[in-house]
Amino acid sequence: MNKKDININVEYLTRVEGHGNIVVNVEDGKLEKCELQIVESPRFFEGMLVGRSIFEAQHITSRICGICACGHTLASVQAAEDAIGFKPSIQTIKLRKLLLHFENLDSHLLHIYLLVAPDLLGVKSFVPLIDSHNKVVRRALRMKKACNDLCDILVGRHVHPISCIVGGFTKLPKEIDLDNMLGILNGMLPDMDATIELARNLKFPDFERETEYVALVSDDKEYPLLMGDVGSTDGVRMNKKDYKKITNEFVVPHSSAKHAKLSRESYAVGALARFNLNYDKLHKKAKEIAKAISLKPKCTNPYLNTAAQLIECVHCIEDSIAIINDLKEKKINQEETVVVGLNEKKTVKVNAGNGVGAVEVPRGILFHNYEVDEKGIIRKANCIIPTSQNVNNIEFDMQKYVKENLERSEAEITLGLEMLVRSYDPCISCSAHMLDVKFINGKK
Amino acid sequence: MKRPKIAFFDFACCEGCQLQVANIGEALLDILDIADVVEFREVMSEKWDQSFDIAVVEGSITDHHAIERIKMIRSRSKLLIAYGSCATIGGINGMKNNFELDEIRKEVYGKDYKYFDTIKTMPVHHVVKVDYFVNGCPIYPPEFITVLKAALSGIPYDVPDKSVCIECKFNENICMYEKGLTCMGPITRAGCNSWCINNGNICYGCRGMVSNPNEKSAKDILEKYKIDLNLILNRINMYNKCRELEDNEQKRY
Repeated sequence: MNKKDININVEYLTRVEGHGNIVVNVEDGKLEKCELQIVESPRFFEGMLVGRSIFEAQHITSRICGICACGHTLASVQAAEDAIGFKPSIQTIKLRKLLLHFENLDSHLLHIYLLVAPDLLGVKSFVPLIDSHNKVVRRALRMKKACNDLCDILVGRHVHPISCIVGGFTKLPKEIDLDNMLGILNGMLPDMDATIELARNLKFPDFERETEYVALVSDDKEYPLLMGDVGSTDGVRMNKKDYKKITNEFVVPHSSAKHAKLSRESYAVGALARFNLNYDKLHKKAKEIAKAISLKPKCTNPYLNTAAQLIECVHCIEDSIAIINDLKEKKINQEETVVVGLNEKKTVKVNAGNGVGAVEVPRGILFHNYEVDEKGIIRKANCIIPTSQNVNNIEFDMQKYVKENLERSEAEITLGLEMLVRSYDPCISCSAHMLDVKFINGKK
Repeated sequence: MKRPKIAFFDFACCEGCQLQVANIGEALLDILDIADVVEFREVMSEKWDQSFDIAVVEGSITDHHAIERIKMIRSRSKLLIAYGSCATIGGINGMKNNFELDEIRKEVYGKDYKYFDTIKTMPVHHVVKVDYFVNGCPIYPPEFITVLKAALSGIPYDVPDKSVCIECKFNENICMYEKGLTCMGPITRAGCNSWCINNGNICYGCRGMVSNPNEKSAKDILEKYKIDLNLILNRINMYNKCRELEDNEQKRY
């Protein structure tokens, strides 16, 4: 083995959502330290929720993250309704599935174009691409805008959705809104084809690590995103209520994100986990793309999470079109519009209880858990974020990557690690309750 | 004219306001034609270690490291724009101030709570001078453009100090109180075009309170609709808890 010293210390990793550092220390060719330090200031959401009305939980927890505000909204609403014993209507569930598709599509596109593509095209950010790959940048902005417009129509806005609350929707799409959404989705198809073409030409690093993947699973034919049990590639299957037995969270001093493990030392969630567990249920067009880029389950190269996101984008667009056509056929029942507020008029019946929301958001499975008293006041709250679940797994990937690449220069290793961490699309604001690379000097 | 340099920074927040800026699209590109964005961590790896003309700051100040960082940013910038509720009024992060800090650290991190440094949440202007405020959770993009134009042309911007109700009436919404709900519209600063009420939800007060709320009229409303005062006070504290610091220990710049 190469007996050298490597010290990497990347402070405030860029092109990730939130604040984190990568720290690597190799002495005499021996890996002493390899950490993903989460330095995002803790924001104490779970603490802030205690004593507040369950009808405020969605509004507050949406603010955990601007990128996955719709994801947090959906997990929060599901947990809240489960806690108070409310069953949403079929129409409400369809609209929520639609919102979740828009969320995953929007976030995946942002990640693929703005955060990952610059690495694969060998530049620092999308900014130089404005000149060198102008068409690509314009396409990215156009697709991002399309997702925003979809959310504007469905829930008022993408960042902190307005109309999706406990009980249903405060404003329902009209016939013309459904047509407009359909028009935007169909308009995205040529850009999606071009995106696939771009991805086909991108070279992802070769790296494998045998990993346990965790995602929602179900017995029906639908690719499970909003509802299901929790399953793993090691054969675990549990009801969402037992989420704590899945995550087994523990605190480490170098990170304000808690760590998680299941059947092994760590596990991974996200697009690649969902792809590995539920490939058969993807839309046939999405499966065709997977075949075309030679991605098949079970894939254990974490860098290919980005490719799995691309495949999910195709699925989200196609399934959204199907959902809207179904809604058009059955007609939206405007009488289901809800007026809830703080439930001043007791329009929603409240029982004391404990509820769990488990939703597949862009970065993986998101859990919200609330304990509510008979007045609808939150007594205990817990949110377990996909990135928190991934951090531990990322560190094991990083260790293996460094050990296998000791002959390379510090700069090459640093880039490889940054790309590795970015491939998980970490959402650090969310998990701090996370990225720069530090190769520290062991003698300091 | 020399091209002005703009840098974006974030503190404790959800980074949703940055996204709102990124989402502006073409109107933003027009402005970027006359200025250089030199730092924007969420989407750029480039870092800039010199001075700049405008710092655009998102998020609240919630630990000791942040105090030092914001002071450093202020010292490097000619102008500072605080944008989003977290930066302008403390916002959602302020709810933390409802609790004893040790108590809330234990609630979230258990026995290992001491690893996690935290101080009372402060809006940016409690630590350094702020030249422009863009309120809202998230920011309302048209207002951000107006403020950025004002900052680039060197003219002042006054944050609207009338209530959301005025915009809401223009939008012909049915009053939430008439629907039997409580709404923060009457005491909250306008400028969002009554975004939430237009979409069937209530106003949560994210833009901060008007400087001179009509207390008598608010009392009349509470009496008319038989609403418990504590319910409203609790609600005010969702976004506006940090205002208490201004009366007590903090100097306002």
